[in-house]
Amino acid sequence: MLSIRNLSKTFSSAGEPVHVLRGVDLDLRAGERVALTGESGSGKSTLLHLIAGLDAADGGTIRLEDVEVTKLSDAGRASLRRDRIGLVFQQFNLIPSLSVADNLVFQARIAGRHDGAWTKELVERLGLGSLLKRYPEQLSGGQQQRVAIGRALATKPSLLLADEPTGNLDEDTAEDVLALARDLVARTGCGFLMVTHSLHLARALDRHLTLHAGRIA
Amino acid sequence: MRRALWILAVLLSHWRRHKMQFATLLVGLIAATALWSGVQAINQQARTAYDRAAATFGGTRTAMLVAPHAATFPQELFVKLRRAGWPVSPALEGRVQINGRSIRLLGIEPVTLPVEIGNAPRLGAADLGSFVAAPGQTLVARETLSDLQEAEGAAPLISNGATLPPLRVLPHLVPGVLVVDIGVAQRLLNKPDQLSRLLIGKPKSRPAPLASIVGDQLQLIEPTAETELERLTDSFHLNLTAFGLLSFFVGLFIVNSAVGLAFEQRLPMLRTLRACGASARLVNTVLVVELVALALVAGLIGLVCGYFIAAVLLPDVAASLRGLYGAQIPGQLSLRPEWWLAGIGISIAGALVAAATSLIKAIRMPVLATAQPRAWQQRQRRWLVLQSCAAGAVFAVALLLLRYGESLIAGFGLLAALMLGAALILPALLELLLLAGQHAARRPLALWFWADSRQQLSGLSLALMALLLALAVNVGVSIMVETFSRTFLGWLNGRLAADVYVSASDNAQGVAIRNWLKQRGEVQAILSGGRAEAQLQGQPVELLGLPDHALYRERWPLLDAAPRAWARLVPGNSAFISEQLSRRLNLRIGDVVEVPAPGGTWELDIVGIYADYGNPRGQLTVNVAALIRQFPQTPQTRIGLIVAKENISGLIAALQKQFALDDRSVADQATVKAESIRIFNRTFAVTSALNALTLGVAGIALFTSLLTLANSRLPQLAPLWAIGITRPRLAAIELTKTLSVALFTALLAVPLGLLVAWCLIAIVNVKAFGWRLPFHVFPEQLIGLVAVALLASLLAALLPVVRLARMQPTSLVKVFANER
Amino acid sequence: MSRRAFAGGIAALALARRAGAQGYAGLGETADGFAKVTPGRPFAFPADHGPHPEFRIEWWYLTANLVDGSGAACGLQWTLFRQAAQPGPQGEGWANQQVWMAHAAVTRADTHRFNETFSRGGIGQAGVTEKPFDAWIDDWQMKGLERTDDRHLAPLTLKASSTDFSYALTLEADRPVVLQGDRGYSRKSERGQASYYYSQPFYRARGTLTIDDKAVDVSGQAWMDREWSSQPLDRDQTGWDWLSLHLSSGDKLMLYRLRQKDDKNYPFGNWIDAAGNTQMIAGDDIQMIPKATAEVAGRKVPVEWQIAIPSRSFSILCKPLNPKAWMGTGFAYWEGPIGFAGSHDGVGYLEMTGY
Repeated sequence: MLSIRNLSKTFSSAGEPVHVLRGVDLDLRAGERVALTGESGSGKSTLLHLIAGLDAADGGTIRLEDVEVTKLSDAGRASLRRDRIGLVFQQFNLIPSLSVADNLVFQARIAGRHDGAWTKELVERLGLGSLLKRYPEQLSGGQQQRVAIGRALATKPSLLLADEPTGNLDEDTAEDVLALARDLVARTGCGFLMVTHSLHLARALDRHLTLHAGRIA
Repeated sequence: MRRALWILAVLLSHWRRHKMQFATLLVGLIAATALWSGVQAINQQARTAYDRAAATFGGTRTAMLVAPHAATFPQELFVKLRRAGWPVSPALEGRVQINGRSIRLLGIEPVTLPVEIGNAPRLGAADLGSFVAAPGQTLVARETLSDLQEAEGAAPLISNGATLPPLRVLPHLVPGVLVVDIGVAQRLLNKPDQLSRLLIGKPKSRPAPLASIVGDQLQLIEPTAETELERLTDSFHLNLTAFGLLSFFVGLFIVNSAVGLAFEQRLPMLRTLRACGASARLVNTVLVVELVALALVAGLIGLVCGYFIAAVLLPDVAASLRGLYGAQIPGQLSLRPEWWLAGIGISIAGALVAAATSLIKAIRMPVLATAQPRAWQQRQRRWLVLQSCAAGAVFAVALLLLRYGESLIAGFGLLAALMLGAALILPALLELLLLAGQHAARRPLALWFWADSRQQLSGLSLALMALLLALAVNVGVSIMVETFSRTFLGWLNGRLAADVYVSASDNAQGVAIRNWLKQRGEVQAILSGGRAEAQLQGQPVELLGLPDHALYRERWPLLDAAPRAWARLVPGNSAFISEQLSRRLNLRIGDVVEVPAPGGTWELDIVGIYADYGNPRGQLTVNVAALIRQFPQTPQTRIGLIVAKENISGLIAALQKQFALDDRSVADQATVKAESIRIFNRTFAVTSALNALTLGVAGIALFTSLLTLANSRLPQLAPLWAIGITRPRLAAIELTKTLSVALFTALLAVPLGLLVAWCLIAIVNVKAFGWRLPFHVFPEQLIGLVAVALLASLLAALLPVVRLARMQPTSLVKVFANER
Repeated sequence: MSRRAFAGGIAALALARRAGAQGYAGLGETADGFAKVTPGRPFAFPADHGPHPEFRIEWWYLTANLVDGSGAACGLQWTLFRQAAQPGPQGEGWANQQVWMAHAAVTRADTHRFNETFSRGGIGQAGVTEKPFDAWIDDWQMKGLERTDDRHLAPLTLKASSTDFSYALTLEADRPVVLQGDRGYSRKSERGQASYYYSQPFYRARGTLTIDDKAVDVSGQAWMDREWSSQPLDRDQTGWDWLSLHLSSGDKLMLYRLRQKDDKNYPFGNWIDAAGNTQMIAGDDIQMIPKATAEVAGRKVPVEWQIAIPSRSFSILCKPLNPKAWMGTGFAYWEGPIGFAGSHDGVGYLEMTGY
């Protein structure tokens, strides 16, 4: 479903080129749950951003289902994110002025893929029923991340991408949240790629890859 | 579309959670639109009135023929021209006295009156018949009807014993004129077969040249786009416009700070939206749509407010214009649709300008936030240097304007440049002050105090600039008004030499009154004056005749005089000239003017210049006997009396009883003085009101800036709280900081204000009104204004500070929780 | 009654020009205070060429059918109206109650130009004198010469000018003027409204016609109508259709019908033979049938007419030289040259109001 070939990306820092990715190859099947680890600065997040189309690659190809992401325009990548990808961030990135209920549905609404029954199920499975009227600042970190996962899955994406989703959570909460995410991914059958620095959490997924010196080790 | 609506809903949700910010934004836009459009409404109203006046049955908007050397010419010239194919229509103008009041009478010929003459009020078909056929009609504006204290349909007597045709109100007719048929006018003015001018309509054919028909008996006057009245009143409207603009920009300062903060706070939201797949173009479009929609709402509210501001100010404006220039403006506001559209337009344009930097920032925003080093110091320094350079450039422009500027516009340009330059340089000056404070500070808290003030500067500077401008204008205008009222009072005391003023309804009554007065023992002197009108270099000029009496030599104030000026006036070959006229025609002592008089040209040596505040017309003062010799038609109806104080009221009562004179015809000096002062107070009432409003808007700007700043200051204050400084103490420090910065600003505003006052008095006033005032400074007034500024800042700072003092510790703790 | 009757009402509208045409309501007023039109009045010339200020309305109305050097047809109109605003003795100077109005027009197949002007009486801007004959307003003038014959009202010179046209003609006639109706008494309705009406239909015209600075020499025939009255129209009369025809035989025919609200039309006519003898035509002997309309100035105007007088075996079809001959003056109407063919042929003028 996701197929990455020879992906490369270079940043320039203080005038010096920094080769973050140097020919990454990666495949992910539908329903497969993969953890990506690596030391700080190994390019984990960059890889994730490239897959999500948040940034453009310098070389190589990313193919999501029938779409070649690396050939899309900015607007094309936006609609790809909207329709096929769910994103979960370390800082949750909820919209502070929207209630939990509105945060949950707004991506689906923007994508025109709102499904009431599915949203209801998400609310139930994520245990958000009593929190719907609250605002993000009134939630704990774990609660916020559950809302973020709900928002990402509300569109029934093909691929769920998570960038250090538990980075801001304590260990117990982190495991709970991850378990929920894993179950929901299984329920929807989408692919799941999670960047984490926790080997412990990484082992909880189907496959564990490590990024080292710009390549999958 | 639904996608866009969803994004709009998400964007708008921000305001629901930040109501104060929203209110600030709206208040800024509303204030900007309201003051701007209010002033525009007043200007538009006035211009419409001038247009009406100019278009009234052939004002200056119409080409016309007049006699070059006389007031009237024979009617046969009209027939000659018509029969040669000239599309002319006759008019006769003069003045009549009704109930002791002098009023303009205009005779027109409706059948030949060119249809295309401007927005002349139109007579309906049936009306035209009754206008022309006996007894005819006297068309009059409603305002004039009530001024005359007559009812519609009445046929009042005029002073020569004739009766006017019945009065009929014609809507939209310009006030202050009676319009009758040409034949009626000739009879009433006792000018049979005489005309004052011929209005030229659209040519029906190509007629023969003028000179071949009437020789040099008539002269063509081309239509002027701008009337005399407009030239005179331009300055006044420019004044209003300047205030409107100032308020508008101050309002935009508010909008700028509110939008800036809101966009800054919404950047993460925009990133999330983009990450969730909303395209950049859509998000940006919706951002602009949101702003335009807000501006639309605020613009509408602002327009309604502007309407009320205009409605409240208009009577004062009308009074000012009447008092200053004799321009008649209806006190009732009527607005054209263009005004509403322009108001909405200016609101939207203003919002877009004020939000431009924020919008550009949002549009250029990358999806991925890149960590930027917080080099605020470098950025601030760069910004300060740039702004100071800009200030230098603007000051250079000001110098050029001061040196080479000639017109009133240049005067205002100089003012604007001075203020803009001062506003631009303000942050740099404050930075220098704070830096000095920081270097002088020893205790750590004090050090922090100065350093933090510096960091706050960029957030507050716009509001402080607004405060500086408002204060400086306030200082300037207050000094001008105060100077004026003092100068004017002194001048008035000198000018109102006589104790009692009598105005007879005609010459016969004048003679009777004088004879009667001669028998009264309590009358120490009878001073008969007179007034005539003439044209000087194409401008209407008033000739004032004064009797030769010691009292005038003692009291009548002269700005400049040749030796033995009063004595030289007596033979009738010398004149004093009013300051306005001397400036307008560039005439000085020793110059000679040639006044066209009925008997020929009257040459007058100028031997004195006197202040004539508030007179729209230029004036020459001559000996009254000489005036009557040269202008035999001069009504001898104005009589001044010297009477001992205790006898004044008795004499007035006796006069009124003997000659059935009303209050308008007999007045003592105190009444006349009070009336004059009242008119002048109203003249500056508008200026003062706008002044106060501008200061108010600046106060709001400061308040909103502080409020928005307060929210973003938590991260800076939380560490101090954490290391053991109590919340009340923090609040006190914050308050001190705000007040001291405001104080610096206010102190800087004082010299700027003095500069503004000087510009107003020495440049703008001279160009606008034709007189120059002495420059006085009133320290108590300056202290008062600084106090007001501090009070405004205190009020503005109080709410955020009180909120800080009362803030729950958890809010401060959260700062640390959210940091990371 | 006469077309001119209606047009005369226009003079009243001289004062109303700004209000736009207000219909004919003002014309149905009673003639209180004005002189009345009665049958059997003897006409005297030149006195009757001059104004009759004791009557409410009066006009001097000239139309000409001309051809230029290339044989192209053209026409012109020159009309001076007088209207008294009030009855009673004539006021002096501006107090004079007379108001004058004039229309001038030129028409070619492809163009139609017109203008109007107004004047008060009493001051010399407009007026008419009978000896020497002079009718003027501004620089428009119809003027007799030293040798002008009072009975013929000829020769005359005629001129008018506007921004985009002008003309100057001399008019000659070798026969006297002709009294219309019953010895100059022209009835206008069944209820007794009437006017005094005489014509000079035998003018030969020659002169210059200038349109847009291009001057051409023209010659042809002209017809003058003189009419005065105090109450020419009935309240329910909505307009009229009027024709003056120069038959190629040298005979002249004047015809008009007044249209009423009830759709009854009152036709009137006079047949003038080439010798100048005039004969009234019975109303029921006149057929006037509109055949085709033209859209002009947003109105539908019947510009083609089928006309028949069975007793004289007269049957013609009239067609306009220019169907767009609309007089967009303060009081608007259609007036232009026509040509006709059938049992007789010739040229003439058609005037239609109230459309």
